[in-house]
Amino acid sequence: MAKTINEINEKINKGEAVVVTANEIIDFVKEKGIEKAAQEVDVVTTGTFGPMCSSSAYINVGHTSPRMKLGGGRVLLNDVPAYTGLAAVDLLIGATAIPDDDPRNKIHPGEFNYGGGHIIEDLVAGNDIRLEATAYGTDCYPKRKLETWINISDINDAVLFNMRNAYQNYNVAVNLSEKTIYTYMGMLKPNLGNASYSSAGQLSPLLNDPYYRTIGIGTKIFLGGGIGFVAWHGTQHNPNVLRTENGVPRRSAGTLAVMGDLKQMNQRWLVGTSMLGYGCTITVGIGVPIPILSEEVLQYTTVTDDDILAPVVDYSRAYPQMQPDVIDEVSYAQLKSGQITIQGKKVATASLSSYPRAVEIASTLKEWILNGKFLLTDPVAPLPGIESGITFRPLKERPIED
Amino acid sequence: MAVSKRIVLRFPGRLVDRPIVSRLVRDYNLDFNILKASVTPEEEGLLVLELSGKQSDYDKGIRYLTETGVRIQALSQDVTRNEERCTHCGACLTICPTGAFGRELQTLRVIFDNEKCLACGLCIKTCPPRAMELHF
Ligand code: SF4
Ligand code: SF4
Repeated sequence: MAKTINEINEKINKGEAVVVTANEIIDFVKEKGIEKAAQEVDVVTTGTFGPMCSSSAYINVGHTSPRMKLGGGRVLLNDVPAYTGLAAVDLLIGATAIPDDDPRNKIHPGEFNYGGGHIIEDLVAGNDIRLEATAYGTDCYPKRKLETWINISDINDAVLFNMRNAYQNYNVAVNLSEKTIYTYMGMLKPNLGNASYSSAGQLSPLLNDPYYRTIGIGTKIFLGGGIGFVAWHGTQHNPNVLRTENGVPRRSAGTLAVMGDLKQMNQRWLVGTSMLGYGCTITVGIGVPIPILSEEVLQYTTVTDDDILAPVVDYSRAYPQMQPDVIDEVSYAQLKSGQITIQGKKVATASLSSYPRAVEIASTLKEWILNGKFLLTDPVAPLPGIESGITFRPLKERPIED
Repeated sequence: MAVSKRIVLRFPGRLVDRPIVSRLVRDYNLDFNILKASVTPEEEGLLVLELSGKQSDYDKGIRYLTETGVRIQALSQDVTRNEERCTHCGACLTICPTGAFGRELQTLRVIFDNEKCLACGLCIKTCPPRAMELHF
C-alpha cells in the first residue's frame, strides 16, 4: 500500500486527501486498525510552540547613498546589537541579543524586557525599527554614520533562520536546592517546589517521526505562521540517546534547523520572550506534516503522552555542573495532569511551551492541506539517524598557556 | 462603627515566625479570617486577611502592624491579562501563590481568575511573553 508524496499531493490538489492531527490519529487508528488507517490517512499534522533560543533573522536593508559598509561596523536595532560580520548591508539578529545598557543580572533576577526576539517580533509585526550604525569608511563605502527607521516592508530580505528548533523531547527542570533559582526553564522554587517542562509531547513534530523516516532536508513546514522549510538538522542534533521500545527518545535528541521568508509570517507565532534572571528569547511556532507513506510511518504517529518519557533534571546543580544525573523519568501524560511525584513528593508542573497553541498549529496546517493551499515536499536528503554515529559532545577545554 | 476590610500583609523574613496576628485579636479585639497565606521566594511572608471590628480598634491594629515592620496593602491594585499576548503556556501556574491560574481540563487553556489574585506581582515578571499587567 506504500504511497508516495506525489500521490498524496495529487489527492491534495483534487481535494481528496485525508488529513488528521497527531492528536486525532490516536483514536482514528484505535478505531480502524493500523492497516485500514494507513490506507485512508494521507497526512498527519504536528505542532509545537515554545521558546527556542537558537533562532535568528537575517536581513538585507538595502544600500545607502553614498554607500556604507555596515559589515564589520556596528549596528544597533532598537538599541539591540546586530551581527555585522557579513557583506555591506546584510545583518543578523539573534533572539538572545540584548541592549548594551540592559542591566542584565546586576540586580538579580534581571528582567530582560527587550532583546533580539522582540526585534524579530517587531519586524514581523510591521513595526518601524530604529537603526543606528557606525562604520570605518572605505574608498568604495565612504559613509560612516547612519540613523534611520527601517520597516520589513521596505527592506530587501528578511529571513527567519533558526539553527536549532523543535527539540525531540526535553528535560523537566526542578530545583533540589534551598533557594529559588531563575533559569531558562523559568523560576524554580526550592526543594522541588515546582517542575517545568517544554514539549508538546504527542503533538511534537520529531516525537511523531522518531527515526526521521519522513522529515528531512527540504521538508516544507508551518513556520512562524507562514511557510518555511527544514534547512538542515539542528545544532546539537543527537539521535543516539536512550529510546523506548517503540523508538521514542527518552532524552533530548533530534533537532531541526529551519528557515523561511519572514515577510509572510505572523506576529502571533513569533513572540518575543523574556525569561526572568536568564535572558531574552523568542517563542516560535512550528508544524510539520508527516506523509503517511507506510504502516510503519503511521504507527509512529500514534505515539501518546503516556508513551513519551522525559528526564527530570536538577537545575540547581546537575544541569549547571554538567553532571549527567537524571532524578527520574515522567511521562507527558503525568506532566500535563498538573502534578508529578518526585522522590515521594507531589510536585506541581508548569509548561513553557504552549499546548493549546501547538494544537492550533496542527489544526491550521491540516486546514491548509485540506484547502489545497499547502502541498508536501520530498526531502532532498535525510536527517542524520542513529547510523550516523553522531553524539553530543561537551567542549574539550584545553588551557592556553603563555 | 464596625468595619470589615481585606488587606494584604507582607512580613519581612525576620517577622515571619512572630505571633503578630494573634495580638490583633488579643490586644485590639479584631476578628480575622485568613484568605491566603504563603511564603514568597524572597522568604517574605504573604498574608491576606479579612479584618473586622470596631473602626477605632481597626485603626489601632493597623498602626500596630505598621510599627512592627509589616507592610500593608489594600486589595485595590488590579492585575489583568493581556489576552492577545497570553500564549496559554502555563508558566504562571506554579508561580502564583494564590492559585489564580488554572487549566481548562480538555483544552489545557490557562484560565486567570482575577478574584483570587492578590496583586503580589510575581506573575508580572515571570510570564515569558509578559502578558500579565499590573494597574495602579
Ligand atoms: S505565563 Fe503568561 S503567557 Fe503563559 S499562560 Fe500564564 S499569563 Fe499566559
Ligand atoms: S499578581 Fe499574579 S502571581 Fe500574584 S496573586 Fe495575582 S495572579 Fe497570582
